[in-house]
Amino acid sequence: MKAIGNWSKEILLILMALVFLSPIYIIFINSFKNRLELYDNTLAFPEEFSLQYYSAAMQRMDFLNAFLNSIYVTVVSVVFIVILSSMTAWMLARSGNWVSTVIFMTLIATMLIPFQTIMMPLMQMVTGITRTTGIPLYNTLSGLIFMNIGFHAALSVFLYHGFIKSIPISLEEAATIDGATKFGVFWRVVFPILTPITATVMILNVILIWNDFLLPSLTLIDKDLRTIPLSVFYFFGEFTIEWNLAMAGLTLTIIPVVIFYIIAQKYIIKGIGEGAVK
Amino acid sequence: MANRKKIGWYLIFTVPLLLIFTLIVLVPFVIGIYYAFFQWDGIGANPMVFNGLDNFVRLMEDERFLRSTWLTVLFTVLSVITVNAVGLAFALLVTSKLKLANLARTMLFMPYLIGGLILGYIWQFVFLDVFTLIGDVTGLESIFFNWLNNEDFALFALVFVFTWQMAGYVMIVYIAGIQGIPGEVIEAARIDGASGWQRFLRITVPLLMPAFTISLFLTLSYGFKIYDVNLSLTGGGPANATELFAMNIYNEIFGYGNYGYGQAKAIVFFVIIAAITLTQVYITKKKEVEM
Repeated sequence: MKAIGNWSKEILLILMALVFLSPIYIIFINSFKNRLELYDNTLAFPEEFSLQYYSAAMQRMDFLNAFLNSIYVTVVSVVFIVILSSMTAWMLARSGNWVSTVIFMTLIATMLIPFQTIMMPLMQMVTGITRTTGIPLYNTLSGLIFMNIGFHAALSVFLYHGFIKSIPISLEEAATIDGATKFGVFWRVVFPILTPITATVMILNVILIWNDFLLPSLTLIDKDLRTIPLSVFYFFGEFTIEWNLAMAGLTLTIIPVVIFYIIAQKYIIKGIGEGAVK
Repeated sequence: MANRKKIGWYLIFTVPLLLIFTLIVLVPFVIGIYYAFFQWDGIGANPMVFNGLDNFVRLMEDERFLRSTWLTVLFTVLSVITVNAVGLAFALLVTSKLKLANLARTMLFMPYLIGGLILGYIWQFVFLDVFTLIGDVTGLESIFFNWLNNEDFALFALVFVFTWQMAGYVMIVYIAGIQGIPGEVIEAARIDGASGWQRFLRITVPLLMPAFTISLFLTLSYGFKIYDVNLSLTGGGPANATELFAMNIYNEIFGYGNYGYGQAKAIVFFVIIAAITLTQVYITKKKEVEM
């Protein structure tokens, strides 16, 4: 009797999860339908799995280009964020003087500033710098990466700082006595120990930067610089919505996320948990 | 000499990041406060006119802004309740001893990973087509219709989609909290004759206070700052019925070209967010139970 009860609970649980995800399923099945089929019955299975809407959507969104831009911006930003914020956090955590405390507190306090509060002055400054000095901050992927580093510095330093405080200092001291420079101590001894928190920092930043819309929409003007969220936005803005095409486009944007999730699932859930709790 | 070397290393390690951070976050923040006291249309050739506190006074009489503030408060309050209720329920379900709990957890977290902009478009279709279809089939047309076209329901649609996005996220926070409760405590209560509901209210809930602090903090600040879902799901419509705070600021600055006035709104936005989140953390921290 109890066994049957458990089985029905298992089934109910999965059914609930399936209903929860049903919007994604609906987008997926309708991405194969023609207009007639689509408006006939939204929930029905498609008669044939034709990929024609996918190729059309890929063309209109310039999907491949947007995908590569997103990958480039995300990967380079995250690499810089990991390198620079781990180094900074280590110095701040280990030096223990008042300057470090002030810097650290300032970083934390700025986490309360919403993006909307600084977006206009930031854009004024960035376009001003580009116009007067010629440094290509505005309307370039490198400029966007530069800004990403600035915006995600605080959270990343914060996470590294907490982790570094929890590991013993003895190893570092031993390496220092052996004559290694600070640089050597950090990269050979400390950084490898930081791997778990590095995974968390990477995951959190990948999700935030990959999905970011507002900052790229303000800094990237050229069509061929668009990241995925931008290309989706303009795709929905430019045409009166042809839903079957739109759904093929949406499915395309979800696929990389799902693949990333399947590969890194364990780290993602762990990383999100840690990132939130700290 | 040794000291000099130490300072040198300190600078090498920290200056690159701090320089970028200062340039991208701190400097614009300070300039932003300055801009808020001017009247300016954002065009470099046109003069910036200092007008003291006029921008802030004007805020108090701006009907559109006040309505937007009220809508944001309403949205945030509703969302905080639904996201946390659903998230906690999910967490309790997937920490039960069921075999498929892990799979369910993975699935429930999924929406958070798909960015807000794309979620909004997905749900636009669901409201447009699936909701009306369900309404037709079941006859419950007063519930299942296109919420996005209705001035009152469009805000609920935003709450709905935001909950869908964030429930899995706070679920992860609650799972960590639930797993931190020692089994013996619950067991002891069971032996003492506490019912399931009593065990939940008297033991689980108090011991989950740290998780509540975090989740409330996250949903409050995310809710108040919502923009992407707002943009793609309703675009502020119908008839400005869902133009929330962040969107109102964006439109004021980049849509209407009121740079100074819009920036004053942005500063107020910051002050409100800082005040809410700090108060909330302070209050719930006090209620946390020491183990």
